[in-house]
Amino acid sequence: MFDLTGRKALVTGATGGLGGAIARALHAQGAHVALSGTRRAVLDELATELGGERVAVVEANLADKDAVEALLPAAESALGGLDILVNNAGITRDNLFMRMKDDEWEAVLNVNLTAAFRLSRAALKGMMRRRYGRIIGIGSVVGATGNPGQGNYAAAKAGLVGMTKALAAEVATRNITVNCIAPGFITSAMTDALNEKQRETILTRVPAGRLGTGAEIGAAAVYLASEEAGYVTGQTLHVNGGMAMY
Amino acid sequence: MSDIAERVKKIVVEHLGVEPEKVTEASNFIDDLGADSLDTVELVMAFEEEFNVEIPDDAAETIQTVGDAIKFLEKNSA
Repeated sequence: MFDLTGRKALVTGATGGLGGAIARALHAQGAHVALSGTRRAVLDELATELGGERVAVVEANLADKDAVEALLPAAESALGGLDILVNNAGITRDNLFMRMKDDEWEAVLNVNLTAAFRLSRAALKGMMRRRYGRIIGIGSVVGATGNPGQGNYAAAKAGLVGMTKALAAEVATRNITVNCIAPGFITSAMTDALNEKQRETILTRVPAGRLGTGAEIGAAAVYLASEEAGYVTGQTLHVNGGMAMY
Repeated sequence: MSDIAERVKKIVVEHLGVEPEKVTEASNFIDDLGADSLDTVELVMAFEEEFNVEIPDDAAETIQTVGDAIKFLEKNSA
């Protein structure tokens, strides 16, 4: 089950905790993985950790429109095609709504939503031709629940869900599925920086009583990327220890 | 019939899975040949590949019949 041998995957934001975990999980199931991100050294390190086999590094800053346009062709040529696109890259520019600057809004929408649109559009051409594709967007529980100080981020993540549903309906007959994963609180450099009190406060909201792990998000990605999940499309898989249920 | 017309019809027959005799120059992809809007996008992609041309979106929108495609390609392919 969930064998990805021979499948070719691009993971954006692979320098981050979640992106790295997703790339590791897909790779462990046999996929060829292209790692994208802004920090070359971190990507190279991950590529080395993965043994340097079935792995490619394609640097890109998704805030830059030209870099976004160039990324898909670069990944396709590095891998020899693309079956799985994981739109994971994301940034935050938190601020109270009344204080939020236009550029904070635009930066977050641009990287978290517009880049996902452009990459998905570019990926579809080959996926349509090959009659196979898996597009996975990494959303957030915040896209469903909202969160004070994250008007821009919540809008982008909710937008990803709507985009996913529309696209899923368009390409379902071509054996291309489009889904989202919405992580809750996951162990990361960000959560490591929390103090004990902050951590406790967060955990009061999580029925599972613990933070999630990157590997648990990677496992969700493996499932949605697999052939076995071929009848699952337009969905958002919430992986959040029960902190929000849909 | 021109070579281009032959190749266009072959692509249409293969892609839409229709009988060759149903494909005439007057055939509208959607109304006569049962294509959906996504099929028309794919047909344009297939023409681009077969004839090694780029068909811009505004031109693609005007290609609604087999004859439209043949005319466009006769004018624009090398």
